[in-house]
Amino acid sequence: MLETIIQQGVNALQLGSYYSLIALGYCLVYGVLLLINFAHGDIFMVGAYIAFFCATAFLGQYGFIDPGLPGWIVLALTVPLTMLLTSGVGIFIERVAYRPLRLKGANRLYVVITALMMGIVLQYGNLSMLGASRKAFPNLVPRVLFEIGGATVTSLKLASIVTCFLVFGLLQWIVTRTKIGMAMRAVSYDKFAVPLMGIPLDIVIVFTFFLGSSMAGLAGLLYAMNFPVLDPFMGALVGWKAFIAAVVGGIGDIRGAFIGGFLLAFLEVFVAATFSSELRDLISFTILLGILSWKPTGLFGKPRTTKI
Amino acid sequence: MALLEITNLTQRFGGLLAVNDLSVHLEGRELCALIGPNGAGKTTVFNLVSGFYQPSDGSIKIGGVDTRGMKPHQVTALGVARTFQNIRLWNDMTVLDNIKVSQHYRLGYSLMDSLMRTRRYIDREASIDRTAMELLEFLGMRELANEFPPNLAYGTQRKVEIARALSIKPKLLLLDEPAAGLPSSDVVELIKLIEWIHKEFDLAIWMIEHQMTVVMSLCQWIKVIDFGATIAEGTPEDIRNNPVVIRAYLGDENI
Amino acid sequence: MSPRLTTPAALCALLLGLMALTQSGILGQYEQTILSTMGIYMILAASLNLVNGYMGEFSCGHAGFMAVGAYTSSVVGVYLFVPDPFFGQPLLPMDLAYLAFPVILAAGFAAAALVGLLVAIPSFKTRGDYLAVITLAAGYIVKSALENIDVVGGPRGFMGMKKVVIGMEEMISIPWMLIWIFIGVVFTVWILRRFVYSTYGKGVMAIHQDEVAAEIMSVNTNKMKLVAFMLSSGLAGLAGGLYAYLIGFVNPASFTILRSTECLVMVYLGGMGSLTGSILAAAIFTLLLEFLKPLEQLKWVAIPMLLIVLMQFRPEGLMGNRELSDIFPKLKRFYRFK
Repeated sequence: MLETIIQQGVNALQLGSYYSLIALGYCLVYGVLLLINFAHGDIFMVGAYIAFFCATAFLGQYGFIDPGLPGWIVLALTVPLTMLLTSGVGIFIERVAYRPLRLKGANRLYVVITALMMGIVLQYGNLSMLGASRKAFPNLVPRVLFEIGGATVTSLKLASIVTCFLVFGLLQWIVTRTKIGMAMRAVSYDKFAVPLMGIPLDIVIVFTFFLGSSMAGLAGLLYAMNFPVLDPFMGALVGWKAFIAAVVGGIGDIRGAFIGGFLLAFLEVFVAATFSSELRDLISFTILLGILSWKPTGLFGKPRTTKI
Repeated sequence: MALLEITNLTQRFGGLLAVNDLSVHLEGRELCALIGPNGAGKTTVFNLVSGFYQPSDGSIKIGGVDTRGMKPHQVTALGVARTFQNIRLWNDMTVLDNIKVSQHYRLGYSLMDSLMRTRRYIDREASIDRTAMELLEFLGMRELANEFPPNLAYGTQRKVEIARALSIKPKLLLLDEPAAGLPSSDVVELIKLIEWIHKEFDLAIWMIEHQMTVVMSLCQWIKVIDFGATIAEGTPEDIRNNPVVIRAYLGDENI
Repeated sequence: MSPRLTTPAALCALLLGLMALTQSGILGQYEQTILSTMGIYMILAASLNLVNGYMGEFSCGHAGFMAVGAYTSSVVGVYLFVPDPFFGQPLLPMDLAYLAFPVILAAGFAAAALVGLLVAIPSFKTRGDYLAVITLAAGYIVKSALENIDVVGGPRGFMGMKKVVIGMEEMISIPWMLIWIFIGVVFTVWILRRFVYSTYGKGVMAIHQDEVAAEIMSVNTNKMKLVAFMLSSGLAGLAGGLYAYLIGFVNPASFTILRSTECLVMVYLGGMGSLTGSILAAAIFTLLLEFLKPLEQLKWVAIPMLLIVLMQFRPEGLMGNRELSDIFPKLKRFYRFK
C-alpha cells in the first residue's frame, strides 16, 4: 500500500514537472504581457519534435553526421539545441504575430485570438508536413532503476523532476535577483511606464519569450524521452491543462504556476488511481473549477483592484 | 427619517486605514461638500455609500435602510446616484441610451416581455424613452440625444454624466469632482447648473471638489477630512479660516 | 406593405422557395447538407456573439453547450419515438414526431441553458481572462462526462435519432431538417435581436463598456451576465440538437475545442457585436470549409491563418459592430431593427 502511494507520488511529481515547466512559461508571458499565450502548449509540442529531429540527426539518421556518437553526448547536444531552437520559434511568433498588434495598441483580445489560432496552425502545420504517423523518440540513455521505499523509479523520471526544480530555482533567481528580472516585474505592473524609464520594452519581452519557450522546449524533450511517442496534438491537451494549472496556482506569480502544475498532477494521478482513469479529466477539472470559485485569482494570485 | 445617516464609518484595506470613524447626517435637500487633501479618503467614502465597498465597521443608512450587504445596484435603487472622478460614460452607446440604461432598476418588464414584445414592454419602453428625452430637453441637451459621448466636449460629457445620474430620480446625488479638468468658463457654467439642479429637483447634493470657487459659492455646509477622519465641519465661513484645515492643505508654517 | 409584415412575408417566401428548389431536384442532397450546416453555424455564431461580442467576454467552450443540447435532444427523441436497448420502447407513434420535434429541440435548449447557468456562476467573481479558463474547463468536463456515460454510447457515440427524421419524411417527403434549421435560424436571430435592442438587453453592452458604471447605475450585472450566458448557451444547445438530427449520430469527439474555435472564428470574422456579421460570417465560413476540403488537413492551417491576418489588418471583422441597416439605411423602410 505504501509502495503504491510512493509510486503514484513519484508519478505525480514527474507529471507535475512537465505541467510546471509549461505553466511557468504561460505565467511569465502572462505576467509580462497580460497575454494568455494559447500557443504555448503547442510550442511544447514543437519542442518535442525539435528534440526528436536533433536527437535523430546526431544519431546519424540523416547522413550528415556519422552514426556512433554515444547516447549521452547526443543528449548533451540535444538539450541546449532544443531549448535554443524552441525559444526561436516562440520569439518568431512574438515578433511576427503579437508585436505588430501590441505596437498598434490593439485590444488585448485580438492578441489572445491570434495566439489561439497560432496554436492551431502549429498543430495542423505539423500534421500536414509530417503526416499522421507518430514518431518514436530514440532511446538515448540507458534506464537505471532506483528503489525508493519499495517503489521503482527510473533515472529518467528523477531527471525530469530534478530538472524542473532546478529550472524553477533558476527562474526564481532571475526574476527576483537580476536586473532583467526586475524589468520583467516592472513591465507586469505598468507596461507604459517602463519605456519611459529607459528600459527597452521589446528586449524584456523577447527575453520573456526566450525563457518561456526554451522551458517549454525542455519540457518537450523530457516528455518525449519519458513517453516516446510523439503526435502533433500532444501539446494541446497537456498545454490546456498546464494553463489551467497555472491559473489555479495564480497566474502572474511563478510560484503559483509551479505549485499549480504539481497540484494538478497530484489530483490527476490520485483520481486515476482511486476512481477510474476515464474520470480523471472530469474530476480534476471540476476540482480546479472549484478552487477558482473559492479563490478567483488563484491560490497565489494577487487580485487586481479596479480604481473607481 | 434622515436621508443619509453614516455612523462611525471605518474602512480598512489590509493595514491601511482609509476611513476613520466618520459620521455624517443629511436630512435631505442639502447642498454640501466633502473636501480634503489628496488621498484623504473622499472617493472611498463615496464608494462606500454607493455600495461598491462593504464597510469594515460602522453603518450607512439611506432613508432609514441599512445598506450593509447590498450590491451597488440595490443601493442605487434606494435613490442614490453618482458621477465619477473620471467620466464613466458608455462610449459606444448614444447619450439617450446612456440615460435609458440607467433606468434598469425600474424597467418594469421582464426578459419574456422583451422577447415577446408584450403590451407591457412596449408601454414601458415608450415611457422610459419619453422620460429620458424629457430629461435631456429639461437640461437643454435634446439635440445630443443620438450623439456618442467621445464626440462631445469634455464639459458636455460631464453634463451628460450628471444627466445620467439624474435619470435615476435620486434623493441623494453624489458628485465626485464635477469640475475636474474643466476650463474656468465651464466651471462657471457648472456652478450655475448645480445650483439650478438643486432648485429644480427634490434632492440633496453632496460633492467632492478641489476647486474652492465651486465649493465656497455653492455649499451650505462643508466637511473636511484628512487621513480618513473628520478634521473640521461647518459653513464655508468657518472652514475658510480654520487653521486645522489650512494646515492640512498647505502644511505647517514652520516647514 | 407596412414594415411589420414585410419581414415575415419575405421569410415565408424564402422558405417556400427553398422547398420548391429541393422538391424539384435543383438543390440536391449535397447542396441541402451545405445549407443545413450553414444554418447550424449561423445559430452557433450568433449565440456566441452575444457573450463574446456584445458582452465582450471570452467564452471558449461553446462546443460544450452544443454537445449538451445535441445529446439531450437525441435522448429525448429516441426515448419518445425509437426503440432502444436502454430507453425502451417508444412512447409515442412516429406520426407525432413532427409535432414533438420543437419540444425535443426545446429540451436541448433548456439543458444547455442550465449548464450555461452552472458555468456562469463561478465566473461572477472572476475577471476577464478567467472566463476563458472556466469555459475551457467546462468544455473538457462536458466532453469527458459524455465519454463516461455508457448509456449514450460513451466515446463510441449515439445514434437512433435518424429514425425520427426518416419517420417524419415518411409522412411527408419534404426536407424536414432544412426546414427545422431554417426555423431555428429565424428564431435565434429574432430572439437575439429583441434582446439586444431592448433597454434590458442594452445592459449587456453597458457591462462590456464599463462594468463598474453599469453596476452603480442600477444594472444588476450578475443577473444580466447570467441571462446573457444562458441565452447564448441555450441557443448553442438548439444548434446542437439540430446538428444531431441532421447527422443522425453524435459522439463526444464532435464537440472539441476545435468546434469551439470554429465558433470563435465566425464571431470575430463577422464582427463583435454585429448580428448580421455573425450570420454572414457563418455563411462564408461554411462555404470556405467546403471550398477548402481538397486541402484536407491544410484547411486547418489556412483558416486560423485567415483569422490571424484578420486580427492584424481588420480586427473588427466584416461588419465591426454595425448591422445591415447601418450600412444600407434605406433598408430601414422595410424592416425595423429595433
